[in-house]
Amino acid sequence: MLNLHQNHFELFGLPVAFDIDLGHLNQAYRQLQAEVHPDRFAAASESERRQSLQWATHANEAYQTLKNPLSRARYLLKLQGVDTQEESNTAMPAEFLMRQMEWREAIEEAQAAADVETLETLSRELQHEARSTQAELSAALDERGDYPSACETVRKLRFLDKVQTEIEQAMEMLEE
Amino acid sequence: MALLQISEPGQSAAPHQHRLAVGIDLGTTNSLVATVRSGQSIVLHDEEGRALLPSVVRFLADGNVQVGHAAQTQQSLDPYNTIASVKRFMGRGLKDIADIAHLPYRFLDTPGMLQLKTVAGVKSPVEISAEILKVLKARAEKSLGGELAGAVITVPAYFDDAQRQATKDAARLAGLNVLRLLNEPTAAAVAYGLDNGSEGVYVVYDLGGGTFDVSILRLSKGVFEVLATNGDSALGGDDFDRRIYCWILEQAKLPPLSPEDNSQLLTKAREAKEWLTEHPEARISCVLADGKVVDLTLTTQTFNELSATLVAKTIAPVRKALRDAKLSLQDIRGVVMVGGATRMPQIQHAVGELFGQEPLTNLDPDKVVAVGAAIQANILAGNRSEDDLLLLDVVPLSLGLETMGGLTEKIIPRNATIPVARAQDFTTFKDGQTAMSLHVVQGERELVSDCRSLARFELRGIPPMVAGAARIRVTFQVDADGLLSVSAREQTSGVEAHVTVKPSYGLGEDEIANMLQASFSHAGEDMQARTLREAQVDAKRLLEAVSAALEQDGDRLLDAGERAGIEQHMADLRKAAAGSEAAAIKREITTLNHATETFAARRMDAGVRQALTGHKLEELS
Repeated sequence: MLNLHQNHFELFGLPVAFDIDLGHLNQAYRQLQAEVHPDRFAAASESERRQSLQWATHANEAYQTLKNPLSRARYLLKLQGVDTQEESNTAMPAEFLMRQMEWREAIEEAQAAADVETLETLSRELQHEARSTQAELSAALDERGDYPSACETVRKLRFLDKVQTEIEQAMEMLEE
Repeated sequence: MALLQISEPGQSAAPHQHRLAVGIDLGTTNSLVATVRSGQSIVLHDEEGRALLPSVVRFLADGNVQVGHAAQTQQSLDPYNTIASVKRFMGRGLKDIADIAHLPYRFLDTPGMLQLKTVAGVKSPVEISAEILKVLKARAEKSLGGELAGAVITVPAYFDDAQRQATKDAARLAGLNVLRLLNEPTAAAVAYGLDNGSEGVYVVYDLGGGTFDVSILRLSKGVFEVLATNGDSALGGDDFDRRIYCWILEQAKLPPLSPEDNSQLLTKAREAKEWLTEHPEARISCVLADGKVVDLTLTTQTFNELSATLVAKTIAPVRKALRDAKLSLQDIRGVVMVGGATRMPQIQHAVGELFGQEPLTNLDPDKVVAVGAAIQANILAGNRSEDDLLLLDVVPLSLGLETMGGLTEKIIPRNATIPVARAQDFTTFKDGQTAMSLHVVQGERELVSDCRSLARFELRGIPPMVAGAARIRVTFQVDADGLLSVSAREQTSGVEAHVTVKPSYGLGEDEIANMLQASFSHAGEDMQARTLREAQVDAKRLLEAVSAALEQDGDRLLDAGERAGIEQHMADLRKAAAGSEAAAIKREITTLNHATETFAARRMDAGVRQALTGHKLEELS
């Protein structure tokens, strides 16, 4: 039976932490898929094919959750029974809100001017910002166990992700 | 002298039987079939030694069907009944076909997927494609000397759900057991990667006759992981022909022409395109039906100008795929060129310039997809026990639902690794609402009207509640073929409203059954005999699978009583299969499948544990 009590970290033999060995995750994921993927069961009975589909689906879900820093942090907090309040709590430090507004304005301007280069620069800036936010998360979750602070950082990272998506959409529009 | 082998009591002495499996590249312009024989992948030829089967089907008044070269030569003479590039119509409605006015066929605007009126009656693109597949199946069975256990059929990576489903139905209609639908660029990567022992991130640029795909893959120790895919399922070599054709009309100042003349000019255009691959200019000369002579010279430079926008149309998807994979041009180790249209120098030049490296063209771009499919078919059929190949593919286009205001809510994002399942909760809009209609769409755009509609269905029997109180969980599941099924369930009530659908393009089970019936009666086959044989084949396949599982894990994972139970059901199935009642065989198949449920789960569990323990041991060493 699909053991749903096992959490995603346990599934891949990882410690329950934000800072994980991504190389280990990749390897364990591939090893698991090599075992359960539907391609291994193309000639098997229907019941085995169904099991395989469920397992491979689960392995993909678990892998994607852990691979992405935002979803990993969110999942980790959920395991601790902490709600990240991403929909309900929109309070942000004023300074962060200011920067967010500046980014959005810059995207709009660049888009209006069809300036792909500026969009790319912005994208890199955001990636940099996201990396330092991840370092904050690691400190809050793994070192201090400070969940309220981790939740705030998760909300911040989510904002950054959204802005990044907006940049990508702007670039896509310009290409079309 | 070789010693004779004697097996342990109770174990089969028969060597593992090699199952005949093929890979089929069902192309817009040409189709191929390949297989793996003695560890070598080979493309199978027809009696005249030709590998490529032109994807052209001609229907004759007497009910006969010509496929391939024979049909192609008649294209100009019988344009209404000679269908070329049918792949462009798979899973497509009339409004989806951009250049419908230029095509000679008599289309019918049927819901979901268009149909074509021919001298032999109305034909669906599924039936026409099945004719091509039948010829390839016959070629393979003749060449391999036996019945096929299964086939891997390739589809463009950018094919949506309707196009994939249509392809699978065509295979079924042709009597093929589909082991997997495999994305063409992934198939090409398998053929290429295994040949070259490549590691790293590769781009597959696949410009076929009517479709364009780009896939970005990470190759590592036999794992082919698709990171992102993009493309245009209505862009290919055919469009380049059309540019030349329009140029001819313009240069020769021709009035609107008859279908016969059009067809002739299109052929000339294609020949000119191919000629220009190796030569600086091409001469186009022909005589039209009214005696008018066309005599023109097309230079490379003019052709480049004519086709520049088409070339550019392939570059945008490449950039999008790179962005989705979060990679830059410098991260790319190599670019593999696939599809006959990549022979065009302007394509190779544009791709080379974009990536700053020479594209890889050392495999025949026409054959590489079929070869990769054959390799995968051989593995899926169970001919190789040592698995060192794992393909992880993705969904090309986001899947979602229509919400209030005609907006799309994405449930599964594009480039999610398959198989994948996602659920999302929805609620009612009005007090006392007892039904909810769900509209499944595919595409990236925000407006439902800009996406492809895959299915509409209703969930009924929701207990009356105040607006917003019901919790309807809609689950999307995409399987390893990239095919979607959707289910919906009301969560809060004890009363259960539940529905599962497989989106379709309008062809229901009944219509497929009718097509099967029609195709059998034409072939002089007895539908009942065929159904029986298919059930027997299914039974044999299941018995083999269960036997193999019992042999491997029966002692370890089952107690004597459980094993005896399964063996009893196997005996029942064997008995039914020896009889002549298809329904009875199907019943026993269902029973045996059900009886092995727990065993299957335990086997999977044991496999998973072993995979992950093995992993830990490796780390210690």
